[in-house]
Amino acid sequence: MKSTASQILPKKQKEILDLWMKQQLKDEGLRDDLMTGDDLKKDSSELLTVLLSMIKKDDFSDVESAEFDKVNEVLAGISMTRAKSGFSPRETAYFVLSLKEAVTPVLEKNITDARTLYSETAKFNKLIDNLGLVTIETFIKGREEVILRQTAEISEISTPVIQVWDGILALPIIGTLDSARTQVVMESLLLKIVDTESTIAILDISGVPAVDSLVAQHLIKTVAATRLMGAECIISGIRPEIAQTIVHLGIDLSNINTKASLAHALRTAFTMLKLEVRKVNSSNKIIAAV
Amino acid sequence: MDRIPILKMGDFLLVTVQVDLYDRLAVGLESDLVNMINKHNARGVLIDISAVSIVDSFMGRILGNIAQMSKILDAHTVVVGMQPAVAITLIELGLPMTGVHTALNVEKGMELLKEKISASNGVISEEDDSPE
Repeated sequence: MKSTASQILPKKQKEILDLWMKQQLKDEGLRDDLMTGDDLKKDSSELLTVLLSMIKKDDFSDVESAEFDKVNEVLAGISMTRAKSGFSPRETAYFVLSLKEAVTPVLEKNITDARTLYSETAKFNKLIDNLGLVTIETFIKGREEVILRQTAEISEISTPVIQVWDGILALPIIGTLDSARTQVVMESLLLKIVDTESTIAILDISGVPAVDSLVAQHLIKTVAATRLMGAECIISGIRPEIAQTIVHLGIDLSNINTKASLAHALRTAFTMLKLEVRKVNSSNKIIAAV
Repeated sequence: MDRIPILKMGDFLLVTVQVDLYDRLAVGLESDLVNMINKHNARGVLIDISAVSIVDSFMGRILGNIAQMSKILDAHTVVVGMQPAVAITLIELGLPMTGVHTALNVEKGMELLKEKISASNGVISEEDDSPE
């Protein structure tokens, strides 16, 4: 009886694992800074165990079949972890592809008939290639998840609403304003206005790199929404270049209270709330009196 | 047909909308309010919409209309307690409601109304000295 890969390989698990590990450790691109040898061995042996238990059938090159769900799952888990811990696509793919170099010698040793050896090796190669594709696919998905999470984090971190005084809120905007971001900014500002019963909101745009007509429109919208809530909005931190751009673009900000700096805006806010800041005679403490 | 109650408080009319305004209710409110202003010679109208969570362009227009009509009858209108979601919706609908005065809550709305009325009477309101 001819022996095939599906009969030989499960029996040679230990031999394959040793060869595979040797292959991986030999590779120049091995990231021993990101992963210890033990972890690597654990991953490898886990994958190999599931894989070998799946290829008992003669036809095992179809990774789409239901039997391979388990293998795909393990593989997806491994490449997802690797994507998140900072492996390069090449390093992640090599993990699976190097298995080929471990299995081929084992097949070569155990199958004497050249024709069978060829067909079995080809079949196994096809399987590994498919697994490689699965790995890369999940790897990219993992990276995309990381990017999405970071995008969400950035937009959340960069829109803090600060209460600078009783009834005065400040909102320093840092980075470009796009529609999605304006939505977040507007919502958090309006909610905070309700929470703190503030009547004045200062929008500081000194951290906004450029103002085009779209950004200006977003600003105008935010100001109008604040006004609808019953609070006044002051825009501060307008740099000279931005003032130039706004005028050149023909954007009308005449209905909006604009100030050059946050300090000016705060002073205006104090005046609007009938507060005054003055020096106390005996010390340098500054107080606000009603 | 349901009606929204309009309360008289001195020179002011107080409207608290506790249900979502559907079109007929809003039209009814508009005419009732104008009649009440005329009847009581009211100087100010305060509309509390803090319980309203859904608005459309029609509702926005009605509010604008009420403000304009009151203005003609020499009464100031203040809309108070608008919810953030409602404000955003109105802005996205392109209704900045420029003719309407707004305030955060009834208390602040009353203050604003008093200020407006004393200003239009040509009387300078006395400085409020009590601490906040």
